[in-house]
Amino acid sequence: MSFIAQNLACQRANQLIFEDVSFTLSAGEAIWVKGRNGAGKSSLLRICGRLLTPFRGHAEWQGKDIFKDYDGYVGQYHYLGHLDALKHAMTVRENVRFWASFHGTANVAMALEKFELQALADTPTGMLSQGQKKRTNLSRLVASPAKLWILDEPLSALDRHYITLFKERLLRHLDDGGMALFATHQDMELDRVKILDLDETAS
Amino acid sequence: MAIDLHKYANPKRFLAITAAIYPWSVWLTVILLLGGLYLSLFVAPPDYQQGDTVRIMFVHVPAAWMALMIYTLMAVSSAVGLIWKHPVADLTAKAAAPIGACFTFLALVTGSLWGQPMWGTFWVWDARLTSMLILLFLYLGYMAIWESFDDPTKAAKAAAILALVGVVNIPIIRFSVDWWNTLHQPASVATMDGPKIHSTILIPLLVMGLAYTAFFVMVLIIRVKAEILKRRLHVLQIAELRES
Amino acid sequence: MSRFIQLVGRDIRLAFRQGSAVTLSLSFFVIIVVLFPLGVGPELAVLARIGPGVLWVAALLSCLLTLDRMFQADFEDGSLDLLIIGPLPTEILVLAKVIAHWLTSVLPLIVIAPILGLSLNLPGDGIFALTLALLIGTPTLSLIGAMGAALTVGMRRGGVLLSLLVLPLYIPILIFGVAAVDAAIAQLTVVPHLFLLGGVSLGALVVGPLAAAAGLRLSLS
Repeated sequence: MSFIAQNLACQRANQLIFEDVSFTLSAGEAIWVKGRNGAGKSSLLRICGRLLTPFRGHAEWQGKDIFKDYDGYVGQYHYLGHLDALKHAMTVRENVRFWASFHGTANVAMALEKFELQALADTPTGMLSQGQKKRTNLSRLVASPAKLWILDEPLSALDRHYITLFKERLLRHLDDGGMALFATHQDMELDRVKILDLDETAS
Repeated sequence: MAIDLHKYANPKRFLAITAAIYPWSVWLTVILLLGGLYLSLFVAPPDYQQGDTVRIMFVHVPAAWMALMIYTLMAVSSAVGLIWKHPVADLTAKAAAPIGACFTFLALVTGSLWGQPMWGTFWVWDARLTSMLILLFLYLGYMAIWESFDDPTKAAKAAAILALVGVVNIPIIRFSVDWWNTLHQPASVATMDGPKIHSTILIPLLVMGLAYTAFFVMVLIIRVKAEILKRRLHVLQIAELRES
Repeated sequence: MSRFIQLVGRDIRLAFRQGSAVTLSLSFFVIIVVLFPLGVGPELAVLARIGPGVLWVAALLSCLLTLDRMFQADFEDGSLDLLIIGPLPTEILVLAKVIAHWLTSVLPLIVIAPILGLSLNLPGDGIFALTLALLIGTPTLSLIGAMGAALTVGMRRGGVLLSLLVLPLYIPILIFGVAAVDAAIAQLTVVPHLFLLGGVSLGALVVGPLAAAAGLRLSLS
C-alpha cells in the first residue's frame, strides 16, 4: 500500500512552478507539504488527486500509474480543496450523504457525530459559518472510508477545539493504516508527519 | 527557476521547411493571380444571360472553395495537435482561422454584389450564401475561443475540440440549409450554380483557385512564424520577469 | 448506475429548491413569444405563418440562457472537482448533467409550448407536431450545449462566447423542427422531419458527451 511520486514537475501558464518533486507515502504515514505562497502546494495536491496533469514525472498508487491506470486509484482517496463543494440549498446531511454515496459506502450519521454536527444536520449549508462548512466537509472524509486523504488547508476557519478533534481523527486514520497528504499554514505537529518543503526542491 | 524552452521555442524543422517554401509561394501567388485575373477578365466570354456580371464568379467561387478547404485543414491540424500534441499543428490551425474567415467574408461580399444585378437585391437567402454565413460564424467562434484562454496550451485544446465538432456539423448544417431552401424557394430562381461549366470558364476558375491556395500558403507561413516568435517572446518576457 | 441517478436527482432537487432556474427560463420563453405579436401586429394569419419559427427560436434562446449554469455552479463551489475524480466516467457525468438540464430547463418549455402555440393561432395538428418535434429535437440542444458549457466553464463572461459557439450548431435542429410543424400545418406527412430530428439527436448523443467531457477535463486542468 503506497503512493509514490517521482520527479513531478508542474507548469502553469508557460512557467515551471516546481520540478523534481519526489516522495513516497506508505501506510500509516502523513506528509505535510510546505512552501511559500505560489510554491505550488495546491498544484501538487491537485496532481496527486488527479485533477491536474503533471508536466513531467509520474505518480503511482500500488505500483500503477494513476494517470494511465485510473481504475485502481478511483475511490481510494478523498480530495478536499479550498472550495467547500457544498450545495447551499441542501442540508448538511444531504450534502454529506450525496458525496459519501457518490464516493462509495455511506455512514452519514457516524460522520456527523464525529464532527459534532448532529444539531446542524438539517440546516441548509448556506446558513452555516465558514468553520461549520469546513467541518461538514471534513465529515465527508469519515462518511465513506478511503485510504488516502489529500487535504488542502483542512484547518482554515476551524477553532482550537475542532483542530484538536481533527488531529485525533487524522491520527486514528493513520493508525488504521491510512495515509494523508496535506498542506496547511497552521501548526500541525504530529509525530508521524514527514515534511516536504517545496522551497527546497525548487531550483 | 528553470524555464521550459523546448516546447515552443524549437520548431526548427518547421521553420527550415517553410523558409524554403515561402519564396515559391510568393512567386506562385503573383503569377497565378495575374494569369487568373487576365483569363477571367479578358479571355473568358461574357455570359449570354448575365453579361459581364458573371466575372464576379471567378472571384467568388474559389473564395468559397478556400473557405471550406481552410476549415477542413483547420480541423485536421486540430486533430493532429490534439492527438500527437504537436504544437506547430495547433499554431497552424490558429493561424489559418482568420485567413479562412476572410475568404468566407470575400465569398459573402462578392455573392451579394453578384446578387444585386441578378436578383435586384443585395441579399437573398440562397442556400449557398446562407451556409457561407453560418460558416463565418463558425470561424468567428473558433477565433473567439482562442482569445478567451490565458493559457495558450488550454486555448489550443479548447479550439481543437470546437473545430472538430464544427467539422462534423458542417455537412449536417449544409444539408439542413439545402433542405430549408428547397422548402421555401421555388426552384426557378437563378441559383449561384452559374452557367454550365465550359472549359473557358473552368480554367480561369481553377487558376484563380490555385492562386488563392498559393496566397493562403504564403500568408499562413507568415502568420505561423509570427505566432512562434510571439510565444518565444512571451517565454523570454517571463524569464526576465523572474530574474528581476 | 445508482450514482448516475443520484446525480440527476441532486440536480433536479437543487433546481426545484432554488426555483429560480425553472421559472426564469420559462418566463423568458413566454416573454419572447409575447414580443412577436407586439412586433409584427396581431393579424392571425401572419401569426400562424411565423408561429412555428417563433416558438422554436424562443425555445433555442431560453435553452441557451440556462446552459451556462450547467457546469458553472458546480465549478464555482468545487463540486465539479469531486465529480470529475469520482467513479463515474466523465462522459457519463456529462450525460447526467445533460439529462438534469433537459428535465429542469427544457421540459417545462415543452409543457407550456402548446398554450403559446394556441395564442399564435397554430392549428391543432401543428401544435401536436410542435410538441412532438420539441420532444425529439431539444435533447440535442442540451447535448451540444454541454460542449459549449464545458469549454466556457470558469470563464468571465462565458455566456456570450457560449452563444457564439453553440447557436450555429443549433441551426439544423431549428430547420428540421420548424419544417415538421409547417408540414403538419400543410397537412403533409411529418414523419420524415421527425426522423431527421431524431437522427441529429442520436448523433449529438455521441458527439456531445465526448466533446463536453474533453472540454471539462481541459477547463479543470
